[in-house]
Amino acid sequence: MKSAKLAVSALAMIAASATLASARDQIQVSGSSTVLPYSTIVAEAFGENSDFPTPVVESGGSSAGLKKFCEGVGENTIDIANASRPIKESEIEACKAAGVTDIMEVRIGYDGIVFANDTAGPDFAYTAADWFNALAAQVVKDGKVVANPYTKWNEIRPELPDQEILAFVPGTKHGTREVFEEKVIHAGCKESGAEDVLVKELGEEKGEEACGALRTDGKSVDIDGDYTETLARIQSAKNGIGVFGLSFYENNTDKLKVGTFGGVAPSTETIAKGEYPVSRPLFFYVKKAHLGEIPGLEEFVQFFVSDEIAGPDGPLAAYGLVADPELAATQEAVAAGKTLTN
Amino acid sequence: MTEASFPAAAPHAQGSLLAADERTRKRNAAEARFRAYGLSAIAISMIALVVLLFSIFSDGIGAFRQTYLEIPVTLDAAQLDKSGNRDPEEIKKVLTLTYGKILEQSLRAVIADKGIAIEGLTDKDVSNLISKEAPAQLRNRVLADPELVGQTVQARVLTNGRIDGYYKGRVTMESAARDANTSVAQLQLANALKDQGLLATEWNWSFLTMPDSSDQRPESAGVGVAILGSLYMMLVVLLLAVPIGVAASIYLEEFAPKNRLTDIIEVNISNLAAVPSIVFGILGLAAFINFAGLPQSAPIVGGLVLTLMTLPTIIIATRAALKAVPPSIRDAALGVGASKMQSVFHHVLPLALPGILTGTIIGLAQALGETAPLLLIGMVAFVKNLPAAPPEGLFDPASALPVQVYNWTQRADPAFMERASGAIIVLLVFLLSMNLIAIFLRRKFERRW
Repeated sequence: MKSAKLAVSALAMIAASATLASARDQIQVSGSSTVLPYSTIVAEAFGENSDFPTPVVESGGSSAGLKKFCEGVGENTIDIANASRPIKESEIEACKAAGVTDIMEVRIGYDGIVFANDTAGPDFAYTAADWFNALAAQVVKDGKVVANPYTKWNEIRPELPDQEILAFVPGTKHGTREVFEEKVIHAGCKESGAEDVLVKELGEEKGEEACGALRTDGKSVDIDGDYTETLARIQSAKNGIGVFGLSFYENNTDKLKVGTFGGVAPSTETIAKGEYPVSRPLFFYVKKAHLGEIPGLEEFVQFFVSDEIAGPDGPLAAYGLVADPELAATQEAVAAGKTLTN
Repeated sequence: MTEASFPAAAPHAQGSLLAADERTRKRNAAEARFRAYGLSAIAISMIALVVLLFSIFSDGIGAFRQTYLEIPVTLDAAQLDKSGNRDPEEIKKVLTLTYGKILEQSLRAVIADKGIAIEGLTDKDVSNLISKEAPAQLRNRVLADPELVGQTVQARVLTNGRIDGYYKGRVTMESAARDANTSVAQLQLANALKDQGLLATEWNWSFLTMPDSSDQRPESAGVGVAILGSLYMMLVVLLLAVPIGVAASIYLEEFAPKNRLTDIIEVNISNLAAVPSIVFGILGLAAFINFAGLPQSAPIVGGLVLTLMTLPTIIIATRAALKAVPPSIRDAALGVGASKMQSVFHHVLPLALPGILTGTIIGLAQALGETAPLLLIGMVAFVKNLPAAPPEGLFDPASALPVQVYNWTQRADPAFMERASGAIIVLLVFLLSMNLIAIFLRRKFERRW
């Protein structure tokens, strides 16, 4: 009885509301939490400087955002998905199956990944090999594959400080983790020459896998929350080293000290020049079918990639985004409505 | 019968009534221990509460105070209205960037005028002293009254979050020396402006009315949209959950036959009350957004989801309240010829009302603090525009108070931590007043038999 009543009331409610619901007049954005601050900065500036309402920006991660993006075309689906990695082939397929065929890819700039410790701690000058030796589950010592024996940084390389190894790395659900494994741990595996030994000792497949596997003895701690959690962990464990986004570090320089990587200090300049290697592009994806349907969407996309916003002197760069040197090409592609398929 | 016929009684332990024997002492000690356990349990929970409240209030009270700079601003016509015909459409083309420059020029003029000289003060220090929100506010002011162009007006502008933090003790000269977003010279400039009476930290009502803001301007972030969103959702819950819940429980308690089916329904309602709230979010996404086509991020969907979540609580509380009305009341009503419905609506329901109200308010308070189901229906979002008045406003995007707390704790700028604690204070005030109303209603209308 109750459920019948409930269903009837719910249906009545929906029917009543459907007649009330008018066409959506604000842009809906969802996706990566790394892109979120940039997206909100642009949304806010867009709302201030135009007659359109401020876009609504959700976070929840690149994958969740793209999944939502690929649910279909229409007013009750989102218009833009933010992503801290390029869209995957499988996601394009899923999009196509739901009728989302014309997807515009817009690269907004680059995000640096930095390693920072407490301001009271020592200065670090890392190399990729140091990180591999510090955090890999198996390392090569005297030409043999052994379970990671290092407990202090200076055991890896005498120039590093005499400090316990303790690293807070992003959990596997973060896009940052993939970049960290690929550009730091895997690169370090290659750089230190451990890759060859691992492949020789363990076989092609297992060796490659061992190249990216992190130790699980408590020296490498996965952080599933966001950077604020990593910061809190470092403040309670002073000898910890955290993996952060450049913009987060730049907002907390009074609490964090950043280490150099391969001799280069991270900054928007060194990343733009390609001297600091650990960075990744940031994107957003737009449904072309929604352009012209959702008021302001076209203007918003153009506003986002304009020189005043995404350029090296714009508010995004001031917040920590590394401006894309090829921004002009992106602007052209946006103006021409270029999609992934053409 | 002589005394001798009784068997000799076992010799009873002799002792004075005034001196407790071994067993009594043991019992008394056990009681004393139990009281000590109870007291320490209360002490532990009190300490936990005090620590929690202290940390929230000491962090969050700053959100209700804000540092403002008051300077004369010359609205240069050459920059704002090149054609000179004060056409609002023309003035609209001037972006906030230009207004930012105007504010900066005005601040420089003030610094030169007052003869403030600070060593190591860079251009960036001066321009960053003013909040990035200030140009937008100035632009809106000019657009509302284009005649202001060409005049010099007094403008009360927000200062940067770091300057604000300095006067609240969050930023110190030592931390500023290491901070990329401020500098010692900038703080000295702020101090000099304060000495001139141009800069002051004041009570900040706008925290309650302003919408959220982006990561670059924590100083202007407020809970306006969140409060409205929460109120709208509570409105929906109140309008839907109370009638449905009360009707369902009256039927189940007073009219429904006692059989297997009603037993099953009863068990399921109790089960529903314990279902994790995220499940209702999944249901809401599937039923209200994907199937019924309601908009994302709208309080109507949030309200519907929270209604489903609150219903079991209200039904259980209402049934308990109805059960507590003595059967003699029903019997008496039926005895003087009232119909079943009359007996329920004239006699039982009024007597059960305080219990129903309390249950409803507690259910609402629970719904007010809920975040998880809102995650999936797009309400955990950055929403800048205040929703319109209901009923249309129910379909506009909005956020909610607990969502705002969650969002702010994830932001990089430490100033948002203060805002988050401030939002928690607002939420606690709401919850406290709801619970006080519940207690008041119970006291006022309660009948005892």
